[in-house]
Amino acid sequence: MLNRFMQMRLRDLVILAVILFALPLFLNNPFHYDLATQMAIIAATVVGLNLLVGFAGQISLGHAGFFGLGAYFTGIMTSNYGWSSVPALVVGAILVGIVAWIVGRPILRLKGHYLSMATLAVGFIIAIILNNERALTGGPDGMPVPAFNVFGWELSPFGSYNLLGMELNGSEAWYLFAAVVLLVAVWLAQNLIDSPIGRALRSVHGSEVAARVVGVDTARYKSLVFVVSAIYASAMGSLYAHFQGFITPAVAGFDFSILFITMVVLGGMGSTMGVILGAVVLKLLPQVLADFQELETVMFGAILMLTMIFMPKGLLPTIQMAVGKRMKKKAGGQA
Amino acid sequence: MLKTILRRTGKFAAIAAAGLVMSAQAAEPIKIGSFLSVTGPASFLGDPELKTLEMYVEKINEEGGVLGRQLELIHYDDVGNASNARNFASRLIRSDRVDIIVGGSTTGATMAAVPLVEQAKVPFISLAGAVVITTPVKEWVFKTPQSDRMAAERILADMKDRGITKIGLISGTGGFGSSGRTQTLEVAEQMGIEVLADVTYSGSDTDMTAQLTNIRNTDGVEAVLNFGFGQGPAIVTRNYAQLGMELPFYQSHGVASDSFLELAGDAAEGLRLPASPLLVPDSLPDDDPQKKVVQDYKAEYEARWDSKVSTFGAYAYDGLMLAVQAIEAAGSTDKEAVREALENIQGYVGVTGVFNMSPEDHNGLDADSFRILEVQNGEWKLIN
Repeated sequence: MLNRFMQMRLRDLVILAVILFALPLFLNNPFHYDLATQMAIIAATVVGLNLLVGFAGQISLGHAGFFGLGAYFTGIMTSNYGWSSVPALVVGAILVGIVAWIVGRPILRLKGHYLSMATLAVGFIIAIILNNERALTGGPDGMPVPAFNVFGWELSPFGSYNLLGMELNGSEAWYLFAAVVLLVAVWLAQNLIDSPIGRALRSVHGSEVAARVVGVDTARYKSLVFVVSAIYASAMGSLYAHFQGFITPAVAGFDFSILFITMVVLGGMGSTMGVILGAVVLKLLPQVLADFQELETVMFGAILMLTMIFMPKGLLPTIQMAVGKRMKKKAGGQA
Repeated sequence: MLKTILRRTGKFAAIAAAGLVMSAQAAEPIKIGSFLSVTGPASFLGDPELKTLEMYVEKINEEGGVLGRQLELIHYDDVGNASNARNFASRLIRSDRVDIIVGGSTTGATMAAVPLVEQAKVPFISLAGAVVITTPVKEWVFKTPQSDRMAAERILADMKDRGITKIGLISGTGGFGSSGRTQTLEVAEQMGIEVLADVTYSGSDTDMTAQLTNIRNTDGVEAVLNFGFGQGPAIVTRNYAQLGMELPFYQSHGVASDSFLELAGDAAEGLRLPASPLLVPDSLPDDDPQKKVVQDYKAEYEARWDSKVSTFGAYAYDGLMLAVQAIEAAGSTDKEAVREALENIQGYVGVTGVFNMSPEDHNGLDADSFRILEVQNGEWKLIN
């Protein structure tokens, strides 16, 4: 029974769901919920990015650009034009998808460093536009974003809600919402990975030439996954904007792009659960290290370096391997 | 496995319980929360601000604290990033449960924290400049620096006194520069000053000759104003001298520091800018109420940290002193009472200026708190 569960296709999803819904037992103030909500939103973005980086083997150093576009589209449409949140999120995601497709077609022909440079440039351009279009975006000082609302019903981090007879405050409600969003994001990603598209992507990762030889339209699949990951980023950017209530062009900035990539690499490229762990760790570290003050940045860097040196495959895959080995040893010892 | 988890949970619980007991034993200090850009691109703001806060919290505690209670400073470094600022504000309010927040080095960081602060109803004194922070007035948000709008008013008024009515504007595209540009354009229109040329440069530009040539070639320009932050204005100043432009030249309060003089060198000769009296403590007239405060702050800061005093640190000084005064006036740390006391502070003489708060004005300064300085022989000279 346990064995069968361990081999289930959606095993990871079930484990994640259990963790997400059990977590509130350990959270005891709205600040913790705040942080957990952000982690869930960022993790969902990274799950999307992982499709591109971990499965298709392409790198994007400008992903925050798409995240920022989604955030700003939502911010501008909901606060200046009175749009409701869902249409803003959907239209924003579609537009970002189109942008990604247009820029993706030519730049995904590039390889290695050239590809990273091109994606880097795309991110930079988006950040510069957001910075300079002061009339629309409020410029470098940022802009406020109203609460998430659907048909007049608002989800604000400061409201209070009633779910099936449970009293929830705004932070808890947002956390549950973000948890469900993350589960959906992971479920979609898992389905994509296990589909023929996913297999095609992995073949591209393995060897692009070989993939082409066996008849995989590599250019098409690469831009497809680029678009999908951009849509993930845009949609999560929209939610992030609503949750934060205030955005600055930093959400589209280079630092943020690097943070996303670091989450993927640190957590474990190609492992959906791994990148979620990466997002959690990187989001948590600054808060944990805040008490060390001046040493914060040094420790942050040291932790990243040590992880990359001793766990080059990323946190989760390395842990899984270690656990697997031990279990095998045990099993071997008993036999 | 389960056993280990249980044991660990037990350990955590023990630690948490110990923490609770300890905090109950200590004589309830007054918690002052702060998030500042101590590192990162805005560290020139956050660093002196943090030093000032640390030093005066210590000093106040040595002198017996406030309302007989000690002050406790809880501060975080937001690295100049607005989402970090929001997270730390959240942590200060919800986890550390501070009584008042003095912080927010940049406008972005401040504004990111504002929705939270307003909802949680915690008094918040910001150390950032832009006019949007307190206009329109937000119930729980106060600020100590003069706004960029006042700087624009002060500069343009000085120009008008000199009979200048047509100017060229060059500004940076960063937060400070672009907000300053917007305010300058608005104020100029109200004061009947024409902005004939309006050019910008980005923070990483290393040569602004093109933009300045553009201004020089515009007919009728009688003076040039540069609104910007960081090294950009120093480059503009040097290019200005290299081009041999003779028109009166103004800078904003963003570069009012001694390090700017070092960067710009001889090229700065003759330029004017609005600044805090902190740059010229000794040339203030003796009947100026700020003279003593300014001199004391400068002396104490420089003695303690062995580095030059900066106007940004002074914003933190005023923020802390306003907070202390409000808590004393309120007689408790009850948030609503402190907020009301803050709102009613009249005639507090600070380093930045004389503060007269009111329900309609959560900044409390007027344009006259800026002094117009001119660079003469490589030093600041008080004009008025």
